[in-house]
Amino acid sequence: MRKVLEKAKKAKNKKAALGSDVELEQFTIENTDEHETLNSIDEVSNDVKNTLLKVGVNTEETDRVGSFLQIDQSQIVSNTMSDSLEMMGMNVALDKYSWLKDYMWKAVKPDTDKYTAGIAITEEEEGSKGGYFIRSKPNTKETFPLQACMFIGDEKVMQTAHNIIIAEENSEINIITGCATGDDVMSALHVGVSEFFVKPGAKITFTMIHNWAEQVEVRPRTGIIMEDNSTYINNYILTSPVKTIQSYPTAYCTGNNCRTLFQSIISGQKDSIMDIGSRVYLEGTGSKSEIVSRAVAKDNSKIYARGHLAGAVPDVKGHLECHGLILSDDALMYAVPILEGASSNLEMSHEAAVGKIDEEEVQYLTSRGLTEEEAASMIVRGFLSMDITGLPPELAAETKRMIDFSVQGM
Amino acid sequence: MLLEIIDLAVEVNEKEVLSNINLKIRQGETHVLLGPNGTGKSTLFMSILGFPNYKVTNGKILYKGQDITNLNTTERVKLGIGVSFQNPPAIRGVKLEDLLKVESGQSLDEPELNPETKELARKLKLNESFLERNVNLGFSGGEVKRSEILQLLTQKPDFIMFDEPDSGVDIENVELIAENINILLDKFEKPGLRKKSGLLITHLGYILNFVNADIAHVLMDGRIACSGNPTEILEDIRKEGFKGCIECGRC
Repeated sequence: MRKVLEKAKKAKNKKAALGSDVELEQFTIENTDEHETLNSIDEVSNDVKNTLLKVGVNTEETDRVGSFLQIDQSQIVSNTMSDSLEMMGMNVALDKYSWLKDYMWKAVKPDTDKYTAGIAITEEEEGSKGGYFIRSKPNTKETFPLQACMFIGDEKVMQTAHNIIIAEENSEINIITGCATGDDVMSALHVGVSEFFVKPGAKITFTMIHNWAEQVEVRPRTGIIMEDNSTYINNYILTSPVKTIQSYPTAYCTGNNCRTLFQSIISGQKDSIMDIGSRVYLEGTGSKSEIVSRAVAKDNSKIYARGHLAGAVPDVKGHLECHGLILSDDALMYAVPILEGASSNLEMSHEAAVGKIDEEEVQYLTSRGLTEEEAASMIVRGFLSMDITGLPPELAAETKRMIDFSVQGM
Repeated sequence: MLLEIIDLAVEVNEKEVLSNINLKIRQGETHVLLGPNGTGKSTLFMSILGFPNYKVTNGKILYKGQDITNLNTTERVKLGIGVSFQNPPAIRGVKLEDLLKVESGQSLDEPELNPETKELARKLKLNESFLERNVNLGFSGGEVKRSEILQLLTQKPDFIMFDEPDSGVDIENVELIAENINILLDKFEKPGLRKKSGLLITHLGYILNFVNADIAHVLMDGRIACSGNPTEILEDIRKEGFKGCIECGRC
C-alpha cells in the first residue's frame, strides 16, 4: 500500500498521455456527508428522476436487481435485491472485506496520470472517498442488471470514484451505469477509476450511458483483468454535449480463450471534445476481441475514435471497426485504429471509414417523400442505432430502447 | 394531361444527355420507354423525379397542369409521383419497416407496422423478419424489386415510373412483380376507368409479356427516335435491333 502512495505522489503532476490537461485546483472535492442518504433511489426529486432515466437508471427499479447512487462525493443509496450479488459503497466494502485492498490498483496503475494519482493519494491519506464495489458470487447468474449512477449535483465540484467489480468463477453479471449532472450544474470534473476482475468462466456486461453538462470534463480510467474462458462486454453511449472527455478502457486477456467486445456509440455536438478509445491486450491463447464504434460529429465538435488491439501470443484474433460521419464543416473526426502483432499465427484486422452522409441515400429517401432534413436525420439515427450484440434478450431490448432514447431529438 | 414534357434538355455534369424530349402521358395510360443501355432512359427518369444532379437546360415538365421543373424531389413526390429504382442504395441501420411506417403516414414511435402494409408485404412474399432488415442491405435482386413495389403500394402514387423492374429477377418473381405493377396501374379496371398512369423503362421489354403498355417510345442518343404501338415497335426491334428504329419511316 505504501508503494501505491509513493508511486502516486511521484505522478501527482503527471499529465495524461491523451486529452487536454485539466487544472484540478479549480474544482473542489466535497465531503462524503454533504448530501443526505436515502432509503430508496425512488426518493430522489422528480428532476433528478428524469435526468437519471435518460442515462438508463430507472428509479422505480423495474427489471433491476439493485441500485447505487453517488451524488458528488456522497453515497446516497445502495441496495441489492439479488442473493447472487452484492453492491455497496467502497468505504463500506473496505471495512467488510480485508482482502479487497489487494484488488485496488491492480487493473489501473495509480501513477497512470495525475487523475489516478490524485485519487490514490486521497485514499491513502484520508480513506476512501467514493465509488462502488460490486461482486457476483461464484456459479451464479443474474440476468437482470444492477444499476449504478454517478450524479454531479453541485457546481465546480470534482467528483471522484474508485469502483471495483469482481465476477467470481462461473458467474454472470449485468451492470448499467449512468452518469449525469443536475440541471443547474454548469461546470465540474468527474474522475472515475474502475477496475474489473473477471474470474475463470465468468461474464460481465457493462453498459454505460453518459449525459454530462456542456462544461463538464470527464476522465474515466478503466482496466479489466480477465482470466481463462471469461467474457467482458462493454457498451458505451454518449450522445449529449460535454466539454471534454478522454477515456481508453483497457482489457488484459491474461487467461486463455477470453472474449471481449467493446461497442461505442458517440455523437459530438456543440464544442464537445470527445476522445474515446478501447484497448485490448490479447495475452492468452485462443482469446478473441472485437471493437466496434460509430461516431457522428456535428457543430464544432471534435471526436477522436481510437482502437488498439495487441496480440502477444499465437492463436488470437481481433477485429476493429470504426465508422464516423461528419455533419459539419467545423467538426473534426480523427479515427485511429492500431493493430499490434507480436507473434506468428495470429489474426487481426481493422476497418475504418470517415465521411459524410451518402447523397445517394438522402436522394433515395426524398424520392419516398421525406425532406432532405428528414432523410439525413433518419440516416444518422440508423447509423448510430447499431444493434448491440451479446446481451441477454431482456437486456438487449432495454439497451435498444436506451439507445433510441439517446439518439432521439438529435 | 397528367404528365407533359415539352422540349426538355438535360445536362449531367455539364454534359448534355437529353435534348428535345417531348412526351405526353394521360391519366390511365401506361407508356414504355425502350432503348439500348446508355441512351438516357434512366436520366429521363431522374429528371422527371427532380434529382439535383440532373440540370434542366431547356424546356419544362408539367404534372397535373402544374409546372414542376423547379420543384425538388420531395415536392414532386408529395404531388403523387412514385418510383421504383433499378439499383437503390442500401441504408445501413434504417429498417425497411421504419421506412414503410413513414411512407404510410405512421409515426416511428408506433411499435407496430399497420396491418394493411403487413398484408401487402405478405402478398409480395416478404415476411415480417424481412421487414426488420436494413433497407436494401444484402437484398437479392428480386427482394430489391419486391421491396420497391411494396413501398409504392404503401405510397399509392398517381403516376409511377419503374426503372427496369424485371432486371435481376427470376421468372417466378417477374410474374409476382408484374401482377403488382398491374395493381398499381389499375390494369384490372376497364381502360376508360383507370386512374393511375405509368412509365416503364426497360431495354429488353421482357416485362411487357406481363404488363400491357398503351404507347412505346424508343430513346436513342438522348432523343425520342420513335413512338407508337408497343407490340409493333418491339417486333421491329427484335427483328432489326434498335438501329432499325432510327430509319423507321413511321416514327
